[in-house]
Amino acid sequence: MDSNQAAKQHSLVGSEADSQRTLYPYVTGTSVVALKYKDGILMAADMGGSYGSTLRYKSVERLKAVGKHSLLGASGEISDFQEILRYLDELILYDNMWDDGNSFGPKEVHSYLTRVMYNRRNKFDPLWNSLVLGGVKNGQKYLGMVSMIGVNFEDNHVATGFGNHLARPLLRDEWHENLSFEDGVKLLEKCMRVLLYRDRSAINKLQIAKITEEGVTISPPYALKTFWGFSAFENPTVGAEGSW
Amino acid sequence: MTKQQANWSPYDNNGGSCVAIAGADYCVVAADTRMSTGYSILTRDYSKICKLADKCVMASSGFQADVKALQKVLAARHLIYQQQHNKQMSCPAMGQLLSNTLYYKRFFPYYSFNVLGGLDSEGKGCVFTYDAVGSYERVGYSSQGSGSTLIMPFLDNQLKSPSPLLLPALDAVTPLSESEAVDLVKTVFASATERDIYTGDKLEIVVLNAEGIRREYIELRKD
Repeated sequence: MDSNQAAKQHSLVGSEADSQRTLYPYVTGTSVVALKYKDGILMAADMGGSYGSTLRYKSVERLKAVGKHSLLGASGEISDFQEILRYLDELILYDNMWDDGNSFGPKEVHSYLTRVMYNRRNKFDPLWNSLVLGGVKNGQKYLGMVSMIGVNFEDNHVATGFGNHLARPLLRDEWHENLSFEDGVKLLEKCMRVLLYRDRSAINKLQIAKITEEGVTISPPYALKTFWGFSAFENPTVGAEGSW
Repeated sequence: MTKQQANWSPYDNNGGSCVAIAGADYCVVAADTRMSTGYSILTRDYSKICKLADKCVMASSGFQADVKALQKVLAARHLIYQQQHNKQMSCPAMGQLLSNTLYYKRFFPYYSFNVLGGLDSEGKGCVFTYDAVGSYERVGYSSQGSGSTLIMPFLDNQLKSPSPLLLPALDAVTPLSESEAVDLVKTVFASATERDIYTGDKLEIVVLNAEGIRREYIELRKD
């Protein structure tokens, strides 16, 4: 018997042909980076929606407010993100309908999202996202992350995708307690600039969102200044004529 | 030629090591606080230790989402037990519950490698060690997780466990004092941190004894 067929027949997940589950992502967003600062959380994401290697959409808002106290940023499959937003709409609606003066803080929303992601993973039909959840409630700042298989944690700074490899080291080096707003934005922009240079799916159109006790503000889209005037980039083939 | 698939695995190994040592009237449970994925560190400050009952503490490493889910299930079951029996679960009882819970998912396991530590009904230290599907054993000491291959032989050397084949059965709990056991744990993690890339950052030590539970944190190498 063909060993490939044998493997498929004994496969845990069954036949792929009649599958209704998520198999692979189509339109994806790249990294989200976030950090805690003096008054709350700062979160940044670019506005690109890639369709494989094509940059299909350039105005995708990947940062959204959730309820009164939270901010959600998502990377990965955009349609799954939109579905998560619908789940959260319903969650917040039911929370509001209690009309008891209480409202879900970021910890509660993070816990809910973790359960949703983990349960979908258990059914072998994951929501193909890495989510960043930040917020402030009663003076307590909170910043956490959930992956598509339900791995979750909270920390002073988080990043998804490429951000984990490129931005986290910068944040580990330069983050400290009680960053001012200006310093926080500068640090976040530094991370986003590195990602812009080195992540193939990043685009130079980003939003930075801040959440404090007062509420959520998401900046209008803007671009970062980049520098390409390195001497090594001028006449790059001078040492090897005929190459590119 | 079959279509290219973005294959995903429902499991991930988030790394880390756990240790538990039983004494005559105490139990030490310890784990590092590093959470990793692949070659990246996700966070340096994540606790792998969970207090399940007054005299029962569990340390688990492996796939963090499964560990979290397992902790939740056990905590919920303990609540129900308390409502029905009007008392806390003993450590051996929790040991059996953990084994059953793990075996329940025998065909889609919790990727969680656990050590359970606490005081039995006589106040003596007890340690139970598990594999991912619930096979378990009461022992005097144990380690699980990514550094266990480095830690376990060292514990065997230092704690000189009597052979389980001896009759009458000899006590497996160590004659070491509480502070000696804690020092041993610190030494063992310092060594594991040197050679296991998934172990490091910080060590969390939980000590259970007649007075209650106390917690200690020690810095480990962050590389």
